[in-house]
Amino acid sequence: MRAWGMVERVFPLLAIIAFFILWEIACTVFQVPVFILPKPSEFLGDLIRRWPAILPNAVQTLYTTVVGFALGVAVGAAIGACIGLSRFVYRVTYPLLIGFYSVPKIAVVPILVIWFGIGTVPAILTAAIMCLFPVVVNVATGLATTEPELEDVLRALGASKFDILRRVGLPRSMPYFFASLKIAISLAFVGTVVAETVAANIGIGSMMILASSTFDVPLVFAGVFLLAVLGVAMYAIFAAIEGYVTFWARRSADIAA
Amino acid sequence: MNRGNAAPASEMPKHDDADIFVDVRDVKLNYKAGDSSTLALDQTNMTLKRGEFVAIVGPSGCGKSTLLKLASGLRRPTEGEIVVDGSPVLKPIKIVGMAFQNPTMLPWLRTIDNVVMPLKIVEPYRSKFRTEKAKYRQMAASLLTEVGLGKFQDKYPWELSGGMLQRASLCRALIHDPRLLLLDEPFGALDAFTREDLWQVLQKLWMERNPTVILVTHDLREAVFLADTVHVMSARPGRVLVTHKVDIRRPRTLDDLFTDKASKLVHELRSHISHDRSV
Repeated sequence: MRAWGMVERVFPLLAIIAFFILWEIACTVFQVPVFILPKPSEFLGDLIRRWPAILPNAVQTLYTTVVGFALGVAVGAAIGACIGLSRFVYRVTYPLLIGFYSVPKIAVVPILVIWFGIGTVPAILTAAIMCLFPVVVNVATGLATTEPELEDVLRALGASKFDILRRVGLPRSMPYFFASLKIAISLAFVGTVVAETVAANIGIGSMMILASSTFDVPLVFAGVFLLAVLGVAMYAIFAAIEGYVTFWARRSADIAA
Repeated sequence: MNRGNAAPASEMPKHDDADIFVDVRDVKLNYKAGDSSTLALDQTNMTLKRGEFVAIVGPSGCGKSTLLKLASGLRRPTEGEIVVDGSPVLKPIKIVGMAFQNPTMLPWLRTIDNVVMPLKIVEPYRSKFRTEKAKYRQMAASLLTEVGLGKFQDKYPWELSGGMLQRASLCRALIHDPRLLLLDEPFGALDAFTREDLWQVLQKLWMERNPTVILVTHDLREAVFLADTVHVMSARPGRVLVTHKVDIRRPRTLDDLFTDKASKLVHELRSHISHDRSV
């Protein structure tokens, strides 16, 4: 069983390598022109060769994403807490929230550009808006699902609403919160890159738009690859934090949790 | 009436006829949900002496659990009043411990910390919690040892079996030495053997600490084994149909349940409930 565990760990890595090898072979066999679909060796080579020029763009995108993510999570957690704790607030604001949620976020970027000009600010705000909603929904759900019996046990002892929130509501909403962070960080990347492609002079999104306008297709793919790597890395970081903080959530699924 | 509410509970004699601890007077309760309202309790009267162990049995939905909510102050009756220890219950009275069929342990706390939890909420422990934490954990540890969970105190709740969780839940209900213990079908989800073990555990804890207990149960044998007094309630709207004293010496053993006296009593309780169901 231990050996199988090792295999399970190695297989995802093998799958990634196999994917790129197949890609390489397919491009070679069918002689796909580089401006349609570059081989992995071509765009990875480009990525390494032109790294000094690419690096500032990657740093900019990462910075924008993290700041936007932090902003979105903070605001989202606050809104989620209000909704989760009060049925009244929930009923009043939910249609409004769904309305905001339904608007394609890319439609908001031009408005942000009018307000804040081209640059980092609209990208940060787009990232924040993108990751706001999963956080709101998950925090609200986590807080709204406290067991009534446990609440009774504590209320009978004279616990205030705040006591119950602190001792029960907040800890129990942590798994929901951390699950939403994983989704939120990925969405924040989407928001950043979308804004960068429309309204920025630096960042991976902006770099890719420039590259595609000069048919520098390997650089476009280098950008896509870099985004994928950053996305996976951030996801992994938050998944690890989640596993550490809410270790109890997965095993307790079958017990009154 | 002499209620003797000036002296602390620990100095009170165990069974003093005049010493009524819980007095349920003409209680009526209407649940309102939207436009419809349900009469859950009507004309309910009941008295409990200090330190008495009372069981309430009755058909499903007869308002047994509701009565516990009223006694703890989590709910107010529509009419009538409930007096605990000489004063009417108007808000949560803080001297109660509660346990339910669902043990509701917090999965992120170790068992011992779950048991200590109420002390973070209720005075006088709450304000001293930081300085006395070690002492409180010691209290929890000895309570857990007493119910046979000493070795499991550092386990998480999801590492324990259903019977163990219910033992821990009893400890949590008793940690602040409540004068009133409210138990809502605490053993309802357990298998028969585990349940019988826990009857004995509960009897022992009660005999040592002597809180006043209201136990709501579906299990007539459980009621007879544990209680001094069994109240049978009617179907909704609930009220007390008959009251039986259980005159078996303590500590009771499981064998006592197989005596004529006990079987007859179980049978009689059973007949009240069947009769009421058929009407």
